[in-house]
Amino acid sequence: MADNVVEFTDDNFDTEVLKSEVPVLVDFWAEWCGPCKMISPIVEEIAGDYNGKVKVGKVNVDFNQQIAMTYGIRGIPALLVFNSGTVANQIVGAVPKNHITEILDEVIK
Amino acid sequence: MNRKVIIIGSGPAGLTAATYAARANLKPLVFEGAQPGGQLTITTDVENYPGFPDGIMGPDLMDKFREQAKRFGAECHFKHVTKVDFDSNPFKVWVGDETYLSDSIIIATGATARLLGLDSEKELMGHGVSACATCDGFFFKDKKVFVVGGGDSAMEEANFLTKFASDVQIIHRRDELRASKIMQDRVIDNPKVNIQWNTTLENIEGNIDDGVSAVVLRDTISGDERTEKCDGVFLAIGHTPNTELFDNFLDLDNKKYICTKNNSTKTSVGGIFACGDVQDSIYRQAITAAGSGCMAAIDAEKYLESIESS
Repeated sequence: MADNVVEFTDDNFDTEVLKSEVPVLVDFWAEWCGPCKMISPIVEEIAGDYNGKVKVGKVNVDFNQQIAMTYGIRGIPALLVFNSGTVANQIVGAVPKNHITEILDEVIK
Repeated sequence: MNRKVIIIGSGPAGLTAATYAARANLKPLVFEGAQPGGQLTITTDVENYPGFPDGIMGPDLMDKFREQAKRFGAECHFKHVTKVDFDSNPFKVWVGDETYLSDSIIIATGATARLLGLDSEKELMGHGVSACATCDGFFFKDKKVFVVGGGDSAMEEANFLTKFASDVQIIHRRDELRASKIMQDRVIDNPKVNIQWNTTLENIEGNIDDGVSAVVLRDTISGDERTEKCDGVFLAIGHTPNTELFDNFLDLDNKKYICTKNNSTKTSVGGIFACGDVQDSIYRQAITAAGSGCMAAIDAEKYLESIESS
């Protein structure tokens, strides 16, 4: 995992995501999910591009089922954008980079 | 910079074309597209690809394809082509605002899972509706799910889903399956799977927050409708070729597959070649796609030689 991509877990989700000062992009993924592997490099790129403006991290659903359940995840990859503790927007499935940056720009503008 | 060959797509066809083109010193540029590795990346065990007697996981197989192409110098980019111009010379390919020029193009954009076209299906996609059991089955532990379709991929999805779901119902519009015998037997022998014959899916009920709650089914013989509670719907009703970008430039058949000339991968435009599922509505196997990818690279090499010597 790239340096500026945070690993979110059931334990740190509250402090790292819900109480974050800046908007957070959360990538729900798993090892066995092909499309998750496709968007992984895109998510890492975005972490670099938005450094300081958006926090970017991943939730491995195999080990953090509580958060996945809380947010009703029924398909992955699922990208949720959190702003001030609530879900501002979400995308399910592998999409091109500009789809993700569009919803991020919407939140930080 | 003017390339010799650009390959659009990165499934078995595109990456085999890349390996052959790279070994022919054509320095191919591969645009991997929205689904790098192609359709095999959303399957599990591939049991019929020759050379792997114990089977291999689809994503692993495609990693090997890519590694092999790169070993000979193919450039693979995680980029999605948004526009082409095959009337110009050299041909033009766009990725957003970036323009790329090439003397020849190999199209290997494959096919995408077909949807039923229901509004509810679109709304609930990713929220209980899925076209990828291997991605989303995990979220349906001890739940009841429906699989729509009657081919090999529907059987594979149904079987796979029994690892998680407690009740898997296959909906099929006819009274016999199109799937191969071995796949049919696996489903029929699986106590968690039931097949509902002569049945179509009319609507999916639910909402984004709580997911799918029920399906509305129709008996194709009596015409009667019934509602059954469930938690998920998985679609496996075939594929449509990814040819939208090329519609204005190339001859397509009535099902929108690219027409290729007999015993070759040549399309209706000289210098443009097509391989894999985007031009094959009959076989649609990883091995046939790889075979035609090899043909496309050889056809492109011959074409490039002919324009250089003329």
